[in-house]
Amino acid sequence: MARPRPEPMQVVKQRRDAALKALVEGVPYIRFLNISFDRRGDELTGVLNFEEKLIGNPFLPAIHGGVTAAFLEVTAVITLSWEYLFPRIESGELDAEDVMNDEKIRFPKTIDFTVDYLRSGLPRDAYARAFISRSGRRYASVRVEAWQDNHAKLFAQASGHFLMPQPRPDKG
Amino acid sequence: MVDKTKLARQFIEAIPHAKALGLELTSIGAGEAEITMPYNEALIGDPRTGVIHGGAVSAMLDTCCGAAVMSHPSAPGGTATIDLRIDYMRAATPGQSITTRATCYHITRNVAFVRATATDDDQDRPVATASGSFTVEGK
Repeated sequence: MARPRPEPMQVVKQRRDAALKALVEGVPYIRFLNISFDRRGDELTGVLNFEEKLIGNPFLPAIHGGVTAAFLEVTAVITLSWEYLFPRIESGELDAEDVMNDEKIRFPKTIDFTVDYLRSGLPRDAYARAFISRSGRRYASVRVEAWQDNHAKLFAQASGHFLMPQPRPDKG
Repeated sequence: MVDKTKLARQFIEAIPHAKALGLELTSIGAGEAEITMPYNEALIGDPRTGVIHGGAVSAMLDTCCGAAVMSHPSAPGGTATIDLRIDYMRAATPGQSITTRATCYHITRNVAFVRATATDDDQDRPVATASGSFTVEGK
């Protein structure tokens, strides 16, 4: 038996990009910080697009520590949500429009998040990538790295725990 | 002492990101600080519930902890975060402002240790707590 013919590349790309866009642009706070995501296959890179309002120390100047924490947390939650929703997006069960509109779709909730500040964030774009160390039915453990000019020189790293969306108990 | 309090207030209010969040320093001095943030739709994390994103609460807690360090009698000048851990207890109630209170409970020549809590109108049930270490920098 011949395997089924693969879907045309454009169809795959369009479906994945539309779902990611809905996931990211549906959140007002992500727009407020002007964070976007690059996608290569299933790998996501968060991009913190620099703006003056992200500054925390105007004398250095440096990116606000709280912005760095928020950027890493957003990257962790989006990466985790993406991993969690991806099979349903791929199977066609979930459309891009449903991602933010369907009341039944819940997102992982942060339980705790710890940030190490390794060097000050320079006033320019920053990048982050999250690695899911473990993802169980109830809890997930995620590590995040953030860098600017040089990927080998991280300016912050974080690790956190998340509560995965729980199926609602059936009534009746 | 009064000058340092004034300096800290000016310093916090000159931070571009604190302005963007609408942070207001309501109390500061002797290693303690209190900051309030009004409810703002731009900071929503889940549009279906209207709950403020945890990241905005983190940014508040970080600012508040830094302010507490700078207001400590033994702190000569500025500070920067070394590490910060945030625990999220529950979602902040939509429509309510959020208040953070930080205490710098120990300080050495090089490191300041800080704890903070974030609450909404229900002061008895914290929204989040934080604990962190900060650098102690000369003038």
